[in-house]
Amino acid sequence: MSKIHVQTKLNGEDTEFLCEPRQSLLETLRETLGFTGTKEGCGDGNCGACSVQIDGVLANSCLVLALEADGKEIATVEGLASPEGLHPIQQKFLEHAALQCGICTPGFLVAAKALLDHNPNPSEHEVRHWLAGNLCRCTGYDKIVRAVLDTAQDMQTA
Amino acid sequence: MKDFEYCAPKTLRETVSLLAENDGDSRILAGGTDLIVQLRSKRFETERVIDIKNVPELNELSFGKRKGLVIGAGVPCWRIYNDAEVVDRYPGLIDSASIIGGIQIQGRATLGGNLCNASPSADTTPSLIAHSAMCHIVGPEGKRSMPVEDFCLAPGKNALNQGELLVSLQIPANKKNQGGHYQRFIPRNEMDIAVVGVGSWVELANRGTEFKKARIALASVGPTPIFASAASEALVGQTVSDEAIAAAGEAAQSVARPISDMRGPAEFRTHLVGVLVRRTIEGAIARAKGHFVANAIQEAAG
Repeated sequence: MSKIHVQTKLNGEDTEFLCEPRQSLLETLRETLGFTGTKEGCGDGNCGACSVQIDGVLANSCLVLALEADGKEIATVEGLASPEGLHPIQQKFLEHAALQCGICTPGFLVAAKALLDHNPNPSEHEVRHWLAGNLCRCTGYDKIVRAVLDTAQDMQTA
Repeated sequence: MKDFEYCAPKTLRETVSLLAENDGDSRILAGGTDLIVQLRSKRFETERVIDIKNVPELNELSFGKRKGLVIGAGVPCWRIYNDAEVVDRYPGLIDSASIIGGIQIQGRATLGGNLCNASPSADTTPSLIAHSAMCHIVGPEGKRSMPVEDFCLAPGKNALNQGELLVSLQIPANKKNQGGHYQRFIPRNEMDIAVVGVGSWVELANRGTEFKKARIALASVGPTPIFASAASEALVGQTVSDEAIAAAGEAAQSVARPISDMRGPAEFRTHLVGVLVRRTIEGAIARAKGHFVANAIQEAAG
């Protein structure tokens, strides 16, 4: 199958790539574009490790064909930090030790950032509900939830 | 995953002609949350994937007093539960659209795809049946429509003929004194498949004391979603009472044909049908009376 040309905006930068129709956005991000921050956990939409935002909407990139990204804006974990430093959500994950092995962390960061875009002041229940599609087998989730709530509070008062 | 050709047509006409080619060996891609998993796990292969997300008719989400609610088959769940008018008019639909998978899945998954996948445990199908939704279909022979309760034929098998496409779902305009509610039983709080799901809808009369109309639909207790028509009919004309609701639950239990599997034994599922019919009828009554009953998102927001 011949490769097809796709034009996207990836973390704010115009990006072009070639892909086969059967390739997922996840595979293309990691193996064609070298954006390995986005992780593959389950590969079937259960774990959320491959979370990205597509035109602002949170999705599992393992269940998106790379071709579907044509004309869209894709945001991955690599787009969170700026040259000035970490994004507040990343900083809070460090402060709260909201990670252990780290495989799920990029997905949690992207999902949490999407939550705060959508709802800057979530309740604990809203954080847990929103992050239900992200699995972590290390932390027990509590530290992650605390980090997200603390980020929200800081960003409110900033 | 085997190679396939990808097409993203911009019109319905183009979509139908693409579907007619390749001896019909094509698959429709809406949200992809079932299709891509099925292709990757080699449950089936296909020569061509047709992405329908650029077709305007499949992206429509609109309400009109005469036409009611039109949901294009490519509209993802998040658009439905973020539409204030749909949330206000059809809370029983939001109950199910807001609990499919997690937020990532809801960002992509569609009601049309949930229906076409024809899983017995689909959460949105009982809600659609309870709300009297119609399927609008287009194909090489033209257009046709059918009630949602006639659409699923067997696990994974729907009523679409070769070359046909589900375009939209249409629900009658809601009126005062009507309300719907969906609940499922799962052993977790989120991210699970219904052990049993029940969608109920009622229209009340005589200041909310009498059932004028009722519709009850069941998930995960048979090879397809089940419209419990006798249980629904039995409520019509009855005074609203615990006895009438309990009788509807028993009538619904008698049409449930559950299997025993990893999610629960058949006896437990039959028991749950009675419980969830009661709870969802009560929720539907409360909403028909204008009372607030929270969906999953509203519950999280407190």
